[in-house]
Amino acid sequence: MSAHELKSGPLEYRTQEGRMSILGFWIFLAAEVVLFSTLFATYAVLYGRTADAPVPGELFEPGIVLVMTFLLLTSSFTCGIAIHHMRRGSVKGLMTWLIITLILGLGFLGFEIYEFVHYSHEGATLQSSAFWSAFYTLAGTHGVHVTLGIGWAVLLLIQLAKRGLTTVTSRKVFIISLYWHFLDVIWIFIFTSVYLIGMVV
Amino acid sequence: MRHKRPHLQKWLALLPLSLVFLLSGCSELTVLDPKGPVGQSQKDLIVFSLWFMLGIVVVVFALFAFMVIKYRNRPGRNDKDYDPDLHGNTAIEIVWTVIPLIIVIILSVPTVTTLFDLEKPPESSSDKEPLVIYATSADWKWFFSYPEQDIETVNYLHIPTDRAIEFRLSSADSMAALWIPQLGGQKYNMAGMENTLYLQADEPGTYDGRNGNFNGEGFTEQTFKVHAQEEEEFNDWVQETQDEAPELTQEEYDKLLAPSVMDEQMVFSNTHLEWVDHGTNDGRDYAIKRHRDAYQELLHLENEIKGDDKHE
Amino acid sequence: MKLDEFFVTGEPLVYGGMVSIVLVTSAVIFLLTYFKRWGWLWREWLTTVDHKKIGIMYILSALAMLFRGGMDALMMRIQLAFPNMNFLNAQHYDEIFTTHGTIMIIFMAMPFLIGLMNIIVPLQIGARDFAFPFVNALSFWSFFFGAMLFNISFVIGGSPDAGWTSYTPLSGAAMSPGPGQNFYLMGLQLSGIGTLATGINLMVTILKMRAPGMKLFKMPIFTWSTLVTCFIIIFAFPILTVALALLTIDRIFGSQFFTVTGEGMPMMWANLFWMWGHPEVYIVILPAFGIFSEVIATFARKRLFGYHAMVWSMILIAGLSFLVWVHHFFTMGAGAFVNSVFSVSTMLIAVPTGVKIFNWLATLYKSKIEFTTPMMWSLAFIPSFVLGGVTGVMLGMAAADYQFHNSYFLIAHFHYVLIAGTVFACFAGLEYWYPKMFGHKLNERIGKLAFWFFVIGFHVTFFPQYFVGLDGMPRRVFYIIPEWMPLNVISTVGAFGMGVGFAIFVFNIYYSYRNSEREKTGDSWDGRTLEWATPTPVPFYNFATVPHADKYDAFLDMKEKGETTFEEEKLEPIHMPSNTGQPIIMMAIAAFASFALIFEWITLAVIGLVGVLIMMGIRSFDYDEGYHVEVDEIKRIEREARGL
Repeated sequence: MSAHELKSGPLEYRTQEGRMSILGFWIFLAAEVVLFSTLFATYAVLYGRTADAPVPGELFEPGIVLVMTFLLLTSSFTCGIAIHHMRRGSVKGLMTWLIITLILGLGFLGFEIYEFVHYSHEGATLQSSAFWSAFYTLAGTHGVHVTLGIGWAVLLLIQLAKRGLTTVTSRKVFIISLYWHFLDVIWIFIFTSVYLIGMVV
Repeated sequence: MRHKRPHLQKWLALLPLSLVFLLSGCSELTVLDPKGPVGQSQKDLIVFSLWFMLGIVVVVFALFAFMVIKYRNRPGRNDKDYDPDLHGNTAIEIVWTVIPLIIVIILSVPTVTTLFDLEKPPESSSDKEPLVIYATSADWKWFFSYPEQDIETVNYLHIPTDRAIEFRLSSADSMAALWIPQLGGQKYNMAGMENTLYLQADEPGTYDGRNGNFNGEGFTEQTFKVHAQEEEEFNDWVQETQDEAPELTQEEYDKLLAPSVMDEQMVFSNTHLEWVDHGTNDGRDYAIKRHRDAYQELLHLENEIKGDDKHE
Repeated sequence: MKLDEFFVTGEPLVYGGMVSIVLVTSAVIFLLTYFKRWGWLWREWLTTVDHKKIGIMYILSALAMLFRGGMDALMMRIQLAFPNMNFLNAQHYDEIFTTHGTIMIIFMAMPFLIGLMNIIVPLQIGARDFAFPFVNALSFWSFFFGAMLFNISFVIGGSPDAGWTSYTPLSGAAMSPGPGQNFYLMGLQLSGIGTLATGINLMVTILKMRAPGMKLFKMPIFTWSTLVTCFIIIFAFPILTVALALLTIDRIFGSQFFTVTGEGMPMMWANLFWMWGHPEVYIVILPAFGIFSEVIATFARKRLFGYHAMVWSMILIAGLSFLVWVHHFFTMGAGAFVNSVFSVSTMLIAVPTGVKIFNWLATLYKSKIEFTTPMMWSLAFIPSFVLGGVTGVMLGMAAADYQFHNSYFLIAHFHYVLIAGTVFACFAGLEYWYPKMFGHKLNERIGKLAFWFFVIGFHVTFFPQYFVGLDGMPRRVFYIIPEWMPLNVISTVGAFGMGVGFAIFVFNIYYSYRNSEREKTGDSWDGRTLEWATPTPVPFYNFATVPHADKYDAFLDMKEKGETTFEEEKLEPIHMPSNTGQPIIMMAIAAFASFALIFEWITLAVIGLVGVLIMMGIRSFDYDEGYHVEVDEIKRIEREARGL
C-alpha cells in the first residue's frame, strides 16, 4: 500500500489507507444519518402522545436550549479552526483549539444533563409516556454521541502529544472533525424540530 | 465431463401440469369457495391474476426447457449453435421489460378498484343499513358486541344473510386479525384503535372464523363459529337472546379478559361497550392494567382431542 | 435468581439439547488438547484478519446454523404431521418457529452470503484483502457471538417466542416477560453491528481497491451484486438498530415506545421492522442473483447476456426495496389509497426481476451447458424462483392479500423465493468456489444426489402449502383440522427429503476431503473472472502481481494473452496486516455485556460496556502497521504453488 503514497496534498489524504478510512467514515456517517432519521421519525410519530405527563411546551426553556445551541455551534467552529492549524502543520495550534472544542462540548453536555434532571423532576421521565420516551431517546442518543466524541478526542490528544502530526494522526483528527461537525448538524435539527416546535405548539 | 441426461426439465415440466390438475380440484379450497360478495370479489381477483401467472410460468418453463435441452453440451453438437460472445440485443431486452410492465398495469387496475370497493359495504345489499358488530379480541377469545341489539356473544357469531356486516375491530391486548376465509379477507384488531371491515354472507350456513395473526400461546385456539341465518331467523335469535341471556357485569367481564383459552361460548343481554371500548385511546390499556401479571405464567397448552370438536 | 430459573427445565427435548451441547463442547476441547491444536487454532483462525479465512469461518458457522434451523423446521413438520402426538406444546412450537425464522434469515442466509463475499470479492477485483481487515474480523466475531447468544437461549433463560417478526405489543415486557425476547433483541443487535460494518467495509473495498483498469462497469456481476447489497445494508441496518434499541429500552428500562400503556404505538414496530425487513430480503437475494449469474455464465461457456441490464435491474430493485415495506401489513387498515400505492410499487419489482430471469435464459441461448452440480443448482433456481416470484406478485395485490395474509400461501411464497433463491445460491456458490477455498472439488456424484434429494424435497414440501394456504390454514398454528392433514403430511415427507439432501451434502464435504483429487491449477472450472487467476490454494496475499483488468471477464482476456498474476519482473514487496486477538476479545466482552443485559443485570452490563470501551481505547493506541512480504518469499511461494 506504500506504493500509493502521495508526496503532496493534505497529510491525511496522502496514503491509500488514509483515503479509504475517510471514505469509509463518510459512508458510516450516511448510516448515522439513517439512524438519526429513524429516531426523528419515531419522535414525529409519537409527538403529542404525552398521556398523563406534562406537555413539552410547559417544560422546554428557551434560555438553556439557546445556550446549548450556542456552545455546540461554537465548538464546531473551533473544531474547524483546529483543522486549519493542522493543515498549516501546527500541532500546538491544533491541540489548543481541539481542547477548546472539547471544553465547549463538555459545557453542552453539562447543560443537557441538567435539563434532563430538571424535566424528570417535573414529572416527565423516560417511562412516563411515549412522547417523553422518544424525546429522551433522540436527545439522549445525540448526547451519547457527544460523550463518545469527547472521550475519543481525548485519546487522540494523547496520541498527538506523543507522535505529532503523521499521516495516521492527521487522518484520525480529520475523521473526528467530520464526526463533530455531523453532531452539530444533527443538533440543529433537534433544536428546530424538537425544541422550537415543542415550544411553539 | 460426463454428459448427464437432463432429468431436470422432465419433472419440472410436470409442475405446471400438476398446477392445472390441482386447480381443477380447487373449488373446494375455502378461499376459492366464498359465500359472500366480499370473498367473491377477492376470489375473482385471485383467479384473474392466476391466469396471468400461469401464462408467465408456462412461457418461462417452455423457454427454460428449450434452452436446457437444445443447448446442453453433447457429443456431435453443431458448432454453429454456439456463440460465446453473444451478450445483448436491445430490441428483445426492451420487449421483455415492457411486457411485464404491461402485465403489472393490467393487474394494478382491478387491484386498486377492489381495494376501494372493500372500504365500502357491498353493493348488493345497499338497500339495507349495515349491521354494526364490535369484534374485540382478547387473549385468546373473541367478544362480539351488537350495540343496536344490545347483546354480546363470546366465541361465536350470529349474522343475517344478504346484509352487510360492519365489523368494528379492536383488541383488548395483543394484535389479532379477524379472518373468516369464506366471507372475505382479514384485518387487524389492535388496542387503542378501530378498524372497519365489511363482510357479508349470501348463503346461510356455519363458517369458520379465527384469529389470523399470531399473538401468543393460545393463538391456535382463538377460533369462533359464524352462524349465518336468514334475516327472520336472525331476528328470532336476537329476540330470544335479549329475553333469556344473562347480564354481563363489569366484574365478570374483567375476569374473562384474563389471558386464557376458552372453549365454551357465552352470550349476554348487554354489551361491554357500556364501560369500555378498547378501540378508543381511553380503553387501550384497560386489560393490561388488570392482567399484567397473568402473563408471567405459561398455560402449557397441548393439543387435546376435545379441541377438535370446535372444528366439527 | 435461582438456578432452575436460569436454565430451562422440564422439557425432554431441551435436556437432550443440553446434553449434546456439553458432549460436543467437551469433545472439541478434548480433541484440541489431545492434538495440541490450541495454539494453531488461536494463531491461524481466531486471530486472523485474512478475508479468506474469515469467509470460511462465516460459512462454517452458517452451515451449523442451517443445521439448527433445519432441525427446528423438522420438529415443526413432525408436529404438524402428527398433531395428536403432542410432540410439541403450543409454547414450545412458538419458540421453535421463532428461532427457525430468525436463525435462517439472520444467522444462516446472511452470513453464508457474506462469507462467500468475503472470500470472493477481493479475489474478483484483484485486491489483497479488505479495506479494513481488522474491522472485517470484528464483524465476523460480532456475528459469531450474536449467533451464539441467540442459540444459547433455548437452554438458558428460554427461547424468544413472539415470531421472528416479534410484533409488539406481544413482544413487549408486559405480554412476554422474561429473558427470552431479550435474547432475540441482543443477539440481533450484536450481529447487526457486524453486518453494518461489513457493508461499509466491502463498499470501500470495491470502490477503492479494484485492479487497475477495472472500471465499475467492467466488474464481475457478483461483485456488482455485493456493491448494491452493501448499499442496502448501509441504509437499512441502522433502522433495525434503532428498532431493536427502542424495544430493548421498552423492555428493560420501562419506556413506552411500543406499549399499549402510556400512549405508545405498537404499530410503529411493524413499520420499523419492515422498513429494515423488506430491504433485508433483497440483501439475501441480490448476492444470490450474482452467484447464479457467475455460475450460469461459466458453465454455459458463454458471456452473461445483458450485463448492463443485469446491473441496472439490481440497482432498481435495491431502490424499490425501500418503498414497499407496507405490503407486509396491508391488513393493518392504512386505507385504500396507501395500500394501492404500495401494491403497485410491490408489483413493479417484478419488472426488473423478470428482466433478470429472461437475461439468464438468454445466456443459455446458443451456449454449451455443462451439468456440473453448481450449474444444476443454478438451473433449478430459474423455474423454482419463477413460481415464488409470480405468487409474490399475487401477494402484492393488496385486495387479494387480505386472504393470503398470514396463511400458508405466504409461507409457501417466501420459502419459494428464499430457498430457491438464497439457499440454492449458497449451495451453488459453495460448490462452485469450493476448490478455490479448499484446494479440491466436491464429489460430483454425491453432490448431484444431494441436489436431487434437496430440490425434489423442497418442491414436495412447499408446493402443497400454496393450496393448504388457500384452504384457510394460517401460519404459526400448532395443530390443524383434519381437512389440512393430507397436504401437511406430504409437506413433512418433503421436509425430510430436504434433510436427507443436506445430510448427503455434509457427508460430501467429508468424503471429498478424503478422496477428491487435489487441484493442480487455480483454474478449476475454466473460469472467466479474476478469482480463478490465483493459484490454489490461494496465497495469503492473493495476487503476487495485480493484473491490469480493463476487460469484462478479465481472466478470459488474460488467458488469451498468456498473462498470469505472477509476473516476476513486476514483483514488489507486499504490505500485509498483522493478525490480532483484539476483535475476538472485544466481541467476547460485548457478548458478555449483552448477556448481562438480557438478564437485566445492569451492573454487570455496565462493566462489560466499559470493557468494550477500554478495548476500543487499546485499539486506538495500536500503531501496528503490519509487515512486508519480501520478493524472494513471494517467488518461493508462487513457484511452489504453480509447480514451476
